[in-house]
Order: sequence, then structure tokens, then C-alpha cells
Amino acid sequence: MSEKSPSPVDWAAIEAKPAFRQLLARKARFIIPATIFFLIYYLALPVLVGYFPDLMKKKVWGEVNLAYVFALSQFFMAWIMAFFYVRVAAKWDKAAAEVIHGH
Amino acid sequence: MSVPLIMFLSFVALTLLITFWAARRNTGASAYFAAGRSITGWQNGLAVAGDYMSAASFLGISGMICFSGYDGFMYSVGFLVAYITVLLIVAEPLRNAGKYTMADLLAYRLKPRPVRALASLSTLTVSTFYMIAQMVGAGVIIQKLIHLPFAPAVIGVGVLMLVYVVFGGMLATTWVQIIKALLLMAGAFLLSYLVLQFHDFSFTKFFNAVAHADYAGSAEPKNLLEPGLKFGVEAAGPWGPLDLVSLGLGLVLGTAGLPHILVRFYTVPDAKTARSSVVWAMAIIGLFYIMTTFFGFGAATILKKALIMTADGKPDTNMVAPILAQQLGGETFFAFISAVAFATILAVVAGLTMSASASFAHDFYSNVIHHGKENRPGMEVRVARITAFCVGAVSIGIAIFLGPSVNAAFLVGLAFAVAASANLPVIVLSVFWKRFNTAGAVAGLAIGLISSIVLILLSPNGLFGKAGALFPLENPGIVSIPIGFLAAYLGTIFTPRDLEAEAKFAELTVRAHTGLGSEKATSH
Repeated sequence: MSEKSPSPVDWAAIEAKPAFRQLLARKARFIIPATIFFLIYYLALPVLVGYFPDLMKKKVWGEVNLAYVFALSQFFMAWIMAFFYVRVAAKWDKAAAEVIHGH
Repeated sequence: MSVPLIMFLSFVALTLLITFWAARRNTGASAYFAAGRSITGWQNGLAVAGDYMSAASFLGISGMICFSGYDGFMYSVGFLVAYITVLLIVAEPLRNAGKYTMADLLAYRLKPRPVRALASLSTLTVSTFYMIAQMVGAGVIIQKLIHLPFAPAVIGVGVLMLVYVVFGGMLATTWVQIIKALLLMAGAFLLSYLVLQFHDFSFTKFFNAVAHADYAGSAEPKNLLEPGLKFGVEAAGPWGPLDLVSLGLGLVLGTAGLPHILVRFYTVPDAKTARSSVVWAMAIIGLFYIMTTFFGFGAATILKKALIMTADGKPDTNMVAPILAQQLGGETFFAFISAVAFATILAVVAGLTMSASASFAHDFYSNVIHHGKENRPGMEVRVARITAFCVGAVSIGIAIFLGPSVNAAFLVGLAFAVAASANLPVIVLSVFWKRFNTAGAVAGLAIGLISSIVLILLSPNGLFGKAGALFPLENPGIVSIPIGFLAAYLGTIFTPRDLEAEAKFAELTVRAHTGLGSEKATSH
């Protein structure tokens, strides 16, 4: 019931296009390091809080301690990461449109 | 009639109106299951946020922070950071290559029947877990708001939610989510404002009070900003810190496997809109969870302990936010917050039921039993409605069995762990690993699902209680997620290569990364 295009698309041919391979490589160059970074940054929080509570209880601003500051920084890390992702992804959209142009 | 009751009823009336409006626009499966793919980025962002900020977030987390301080705030952090996983890895390929459910993506190049059958089972399981949490939250709210006993309150919620889903479909649940997300943000903002006002708008004063939280003089002061009150070695024993890491892992990877969040990406016209809706959702969700600082920690500085304890002297962890509203803003504000919390639950339950029933009707009924052909037009939608009824009935039953005292955030945390163990490995591997085959997907789904459920049953909260627990962690993620990935990997490499699946990998890759041939929006 999905709409089938009248002329079948040669998927393998598109997949083999250098422009498409390049797009995949560009995506991987951003997504893989970004994923590793955010997972480490995020998991550092429960690890530090769980196993080094005395370090994390150090006060940095009045009663506010390192644990809370690090937790709060996670929100900004997530927002900044999303901001950068959207910026590079817009470039990928253009590249993807060029790849499928004519199909 | 009391003010709370009027507010509550007017919300219900408003949402029923939306449902009625949506019902008239439902013309076919794409409209019913995917809102005609006509939802815009910010609308879907609000709806995703609405689906996400459930009873667990509002009622559960505020209670958890009020009693366990910093360790409860860990839920808030994990709930937001999880969206990076959704944004970077899952949202766009899913939108490009799927139709109505998560299983569409998996069935693309794998053998559809076994994969869909198991994906449907895991969707139903995760949704039911999540739903139980919502039902418990709804029960306690109604109990407090209109003094109904727990069991009839839960049943009432169930009936209402069925009306939305059965008549309205995805368009109605989407709009109910959007309105509820706005109301919830308004409620959270007001509550935070009043808490800060209580502390003379001074952050120094506020954090000082939190660091010497004494529940309005009714308990020994303790520093709620210090980690360890729930997961520390002194509070939880030697396994506590690992339990915290396990919770974190489940939260950050679980969202990308939650069926009711994933289906939201089918309601938008293309991958670009899917992306922008994640960003909208992250903005809203992030603000909301930062505000849990104020109404979670703040509650411990303002409320007397007696107010937030149950009759038998246990912490009433799901009622902290509404009671805080009552103390700070009087009966009307209490009514507003309760109505918002109730709306939240209703909307989330509707979204959950929607995704569960879509999965059963589309994956199991149409594709497994009827080999992908709809034998009679409209049958898929009808089966979805019947499934909605059954899922609702089961979760109502379990919620009544568990009773009002179990924390909603905790229950949802478990749903995340199950989703991360069963769904995420197969989603990721099917998009990024060419060699992945049907046996691997079946193994990953089945073993991820079973291992997470079995570990929950053997945990300190499970069948044998704290003393007899065979598995020391309350949160299974750190063990069950690697098991899910490993099962998918081993299931693949120990079975013959599936050349057909590998040949279709090219097609899936092109579709996922370019959006070529994806499902288009339908015009009304």
C-alpha cells in the first residue's frame, strides 16, 4: 500500500556513488566521535558521583558543590551538542540532495 | 462543585473535543497511525516532550529529589542527555526508512515475520511497564483530588484514555500532548517561581536551605546537594554506586528504544523535521528538568515531613509536587497542578497505548498473521483499537496490584532499561551493520527482553525481596544492555550469512541517509 515509484530505483548504484560514500564518511566523522564524547562525559557523572563522592562534595560556590555543577553542565553539553549537530546536518542535507538528484 | 473538580473536568472536556475533531479527520491508516505525517517540527517537538515528561518526571522525580536529594536529580540529567542518542543515531534513519513502527525499520532487510513478531512483543512489554507507572501516578492524583479510592481512580483513567485512542488516533493524541506539554511547562515554571519567591529570589539562600534541608523544621537537617543519599555505599551498600551507573546507562540508551517516542518521528513529513523536532523537544525537556531543581529540592525546604508521608509513615514519593503547590499557592494552584499532572498522565497513557496498539495491529496482525496484506480495508485500525483496550486493561490490573506507594520514576527507569536492552541493539545494528541478519535480530530482541525482565524479577525489588535477591542491582541496564548487544552479535556471526539481507543493506543505507523513497505526507 506504500507508493511505489514507477521506475525502480537502482539502490546499489546510488550506494556506490563516490558522492554518497563521501557523505557517509563525513557523517561518520562527526557522529562517531560525538557519540563517544557524550557517552564518556555523561557516564563520568554517575561514576564520579558513585565512586568518588568526597571529591564531588567539594563546594565551589556557596553551598553548591562540584556534583551539582557537573550535573548542570550535562544539560548545557546536551544543548551545545544538539546545536552543532543541527549545523553540520544541514550541510549533509545538501549533499544528500545532490546524491539523489536525477533519481 | 469544588475548584479542583471544575478545572479537572474542563481539561477532560477540552481533550475530548480535540479527540472528536481528530476523529472526523481520520481517513485511513496513515492518518490514524501517523497523523497523516503532517505534524510540523515544533509541534512534534512539543508532542515528544509531552510524551516524555510523564507522571514519572513530574510526580516521581520531584518526590525522589525531595527525599533522596541529589541522587534523585540523576534521573533528571539522564532523561535529557538521552536525547543526544535519539538525535545522533536513531531519529533520522528511522523516519526515512520506516512507516508506522520501529519494526518497519528492522523488517526492511530482515525476514519480516519473526522480527516483527518479537519487536511487537517487546513494544507491548515496554509500553506496559511505562503505563503501569502512569496508572499509579493517576491513581494517587485522583485519590487526592476528588477523594476517589485508588482502584476506581485507576479504572476511570483507563476508560478515558481508551476514548482518546479508540476514536482519535495519532492526531488526537498528538494535540493532547502539545496542549499538555504547554500546561506542564507553565505549571513547572509557576511552581519554581513560587519556590524562589519563598527564598526571596536569592539563589544563595535557596541553595543554603537545600544544603540544610530540614523539611520545615520537622526533621534533622541534611545536605540534599550531597550525592549518596540513595545510591551511596552507606545508604545502599557496596553495590549502590554500580546501581547508579547502571541506572545512568539505562536512561541514556533507553529513550532511543522507547516505542512511543520512536513512533512520533513518523508523524512528521521528513527526516529534517524529525531532527528539528528533537531539538525542540530537547529545549523544552531540558528546561523542565532544570526546574526540577527548584520544585524537587525546594520541596524539602518548605514542606513539613508529615505532609508528604502516607498514613502508615512511608514517604509519599508521588505526591510531593501537588502538595508543594497546595502549600505555596493555595487550593486553586493545587487544583491547577493536579489537573496538569493528570493531563500529563492521560496524554502519556494515550501515546503509549497508541504505539502499543499500532505495533500489534501493524506488525503482528497485518504482517505476521496476514503476510503484509491488509485482507479487509480498515481492519488494521480496528485491531489497533481492540489492542488498545487489552493493553489498557492489563496495565490497570497490574497498577492496582502494585498499589499507590511505588515510585513512578523508578518504574519508568525500569521501562528504559528494558527498551535499551531489547530494542536499541537491533535498531542500531540493522542500520549500521551490513552482516546483521534475522537470527541476530531475533536473538537480540528476545534475549535483551528476557534478560532485563529476569534481572528485574531477581533484583532487590523483585520476587525474593531485599534479603533474598539473587541480583544485587535495582537497575538491570549495566548487565542486560551488553547482553542484548552481545546476543544480537553472536546470533548473527554463528548463523549463515543472509545474502538477501546484505544486498538490501545498500537500499536501506541510501534510504536512511538520503530519505529517497520515504513515506510522504498525506494531504487532508
